[in-house]
Amino acid sequence: MTTRDDIFRAVRKALKRDKPSAEQLQALERRLLNAENQIVPQRAQLPHEHQLRLFIDMAREASTSVVEVQGLREVPHAVADYLVGHNLPAEIVMAPSPVLETIPWLEKIPWSERPLIAIRRGRAEPRDLVSLTGAFAGIAETGTLMLLSGPDAPTTLNLMPDHHLVVLGVAQVLGTYEEAWAKLRERARAQGADGRMALPRTVNFITGPSRSGDIEQTLQMGAHGPRRVHVILVHERFAEAG
Amino acid sequence: MRISTDGFTDNVKQALVNRQLQDALAKMKVGFVERRRKAADRLPEFEALRDAARDIKNHTLANLDFYLEKFERKVAENGGAVHWCPDADTARDTILNICRLVNARTVTKGKTMIGEEIEINEFLEANGITPVETDLGEYIIQLRHEPPSHVVAPAIHVSKDQIAEAFREHHAGLDPNRPLTEPTALLAEARRVLRERFLEADVGITGANLMIAETGSTVIVTNEGNGDLTQTLPRVHIVLCSIEKLVPTLDDATTILRVLARSATGQEMSVYTTFSTGPRRKGDLDGPEQFHVVILDNGRSKLLGGDFQDILRCIKCGACMNHCPVYGAIGGHAYGWVYSGPLGKVLTPGLIGLEKAHDLPNASTFCGRCEEVCPMRIPLPKLMRRWREKEFDRHMMPSKSRWALRLWGFGALRPALYRLGTWFALRYLRRRAERGWIAALKYAEGWTVCRDLPAPAARTFQSQWHGRRRPLKPEKAAKAAKPPKPSKKPAAWPTTTKTPPSQAGKSIGKMPPPLKPPPQARKPR
Repeated sequence: MTTRDDIFRAVRKALKRDKPSAEQLQALERRLLNAENQIVPQRAQLPHEHQLRLFIDMAREASTSVVEVQGLREVPHAVADYLVGHNLPAEIVMAPSPVLETIPWLEKIPWSERPLIAIRRGRAEPRDLVSLTGAFAGIAETGTLMLLSGPDAPTTLNLMPDHHLVVLGVAQVLGTYEEAWAKLRERARAQGADGRMALPRTVNFITGPSRSGDIEQTLQMGAHGPRRVHVILVHERFAEAG
Repeated sequence: MRISTDGFTDNVKQALVNRQLQDALAKMKVGFVERRRKAADRLPEFEALRDAARDIKNHTLANLDFYLEKFERKVAENGGAVHWCPDADTARDTILNICRLVNARTVTKGKTMIGEEIEINEFLEANGITPVETDLGEYIIQLRHEPPSHVVAPAIHVSKDQIAEAFREHHAGLDPNRPLTEPTALLAEARRVLRERFLEADVGITGANLMIAETGSTVIVTNEGNGDLTQTLPRVHIVLCSIEKLVPTLDDATTILRVLARSATGQEMSVYTTFSTGPRRKGDLDGPEQFHVVILDNGRSKLLGGDFQDILRCIKCGACMNHCPVYGAIGGHAYGWVYSGPLGKVLTPGLIGLEKAHDLPNASTFCGRCEEVCPMRIPLPKLMRRWREKEFDRHMMPSKSRWALRLWGFGALRPALYRLGTWFALRYLRRRAERGWIAALKYAEGWTVCRDLPAPAARTFQSQWHGRRRPLKPEKAAKAAKPPKPSKKPAAWPTTTKTPPSQAGKSIGKMPPPLKPPPQARKPR
């Protein structure tokens, strides 16, 4: 009798039955594949223009700063402005040369416009103050960023530096969490995971900078994660991975 | 955490006179309660989501073996390992084993109640491995060698001066004259010190708010990001969770997450909600090389399928204790174990036995606020009452109380006897009253030592009612049918329910004017 058997036996004894019947199994498998009666808040079920405004408002409410730019051309300027505005050295660590499926356009950013920004590609190291990443989606319902881990998106970039800059395309802003899971399911399908959901090692939902109220219930930013999260929202539609 | 539930009455007495704890509790009561209300009001679907969350958990518990199996298979598919632990001993040994296999010297920890339950920190230390709490509140109480006092804000009872003291004592190599009076300075120092610990740890242990069967994922919910650094930087990530944390799908998880942060802190969403699925993948530049899920039973399967199954729906948001008047008066430590507030009053007897914990379900006024705010709609007062019934059946109450209840029950079933008894009681009580109040009463010293008892009316409601039960004359009936005019006099009773901490233990303010004697009973014609 393994410990596993002990637990299953105890659970089945409590439920007063042995293994589920064949019909029950079928019903349970079906439920795993289809969401029934899912309650989706009305709040973010809006035309896309309004979803963008909602995302920006909710993000700012959570103390994320958001700037809007018209195209990728302006991203290096937005980054430089941020660094200057916060008195930071002109160095960033960036997600490495991306595999073209999740964040295809970090490569397309014309960094030559601001040649004095020193860019290192890779995972975060203790000395990094500023990181720049893409994101998988922005969720308007709560002003949340959804980031997936991957060879082109090391998780430490989201957590370790003091300042986390995120380049987000308007087409990536979705309304609700359900839409985000649906987009992820599509991606898994495209990668050949037989239609079933497959998650990468880490999915981060990030809503604002790190904070703590543990010291006399005074809210402070920058507990362990970044002190600031800054979103550069790009009003340019680019084809995501082919 | 060491169990001290049998010292409950002493713990309570200490807590009531602890000035600093009372100040902290006063702040907490206002903060969390208002924020939760605002967040709930802002989301029109909130009540429907609570119902859905309850249904999801009920469905999962009814099919727990299926979902546990599914979860295990998915974890393995993604390169992780599941460890089944029927009790605390197995869990501790399993974790130690995993740490030894990688020659771990230090272990960082995210907040985990299960960790407290199995006392993993002491065990690791005894075996030469240093655990470091990374949640700021948990870190503070670790330095002070204290247990947590709240499920979400474990250091709520600690002042900033006490934090500064702890930092000065334990943070070696820093300027002893550095200023540590401002919260910002304290946070900055904690961030620096803990960042080093994060980087040097060999193993990271987190809890899990949820486990997801569909994908074999575990979910943590934090505001600091400490859980994320704990699980990303070391070579090994151990998730410590229990069987009832399972939900079927990502959509189910989303429903529960929508009520979790709003109920706990009034946030729309916590800052970091992280789904972990297996170890790092091929090509990843960071992430742990090993992913272990340690699943604990420790008495939960006994609650399944029984009278107390509903408590297994709990997602440890802390809303119940934030709204509980008893918790708000005594804080978390008084409950003597990991789980405090209404949650603790139901779960603790279930896990460690009623013999040790039977005082806890009695520490309730049954005001029902906990059930009102529980996102999973757990009927906490009903469950506490069930424990009290069991306590009575098993003769665990002091015999004086049993006999008093027995006596009362005997009388209550015999109306004539009961009426006779109350007639005597009323006469006695009115005799003892001075100007309408009773200052001391034998057998009720627990009440009268700090409160005055108002003298009752001379006749019970029943007897007054019977005395007047003749049909009224038409004019009098018409007058009685009109609604009463609102009184212009201010209320004679104190209208505030807040007792300033300095008043704790004293009576509730000035005595109102003495009661007028009731109108003379009309003689029957």
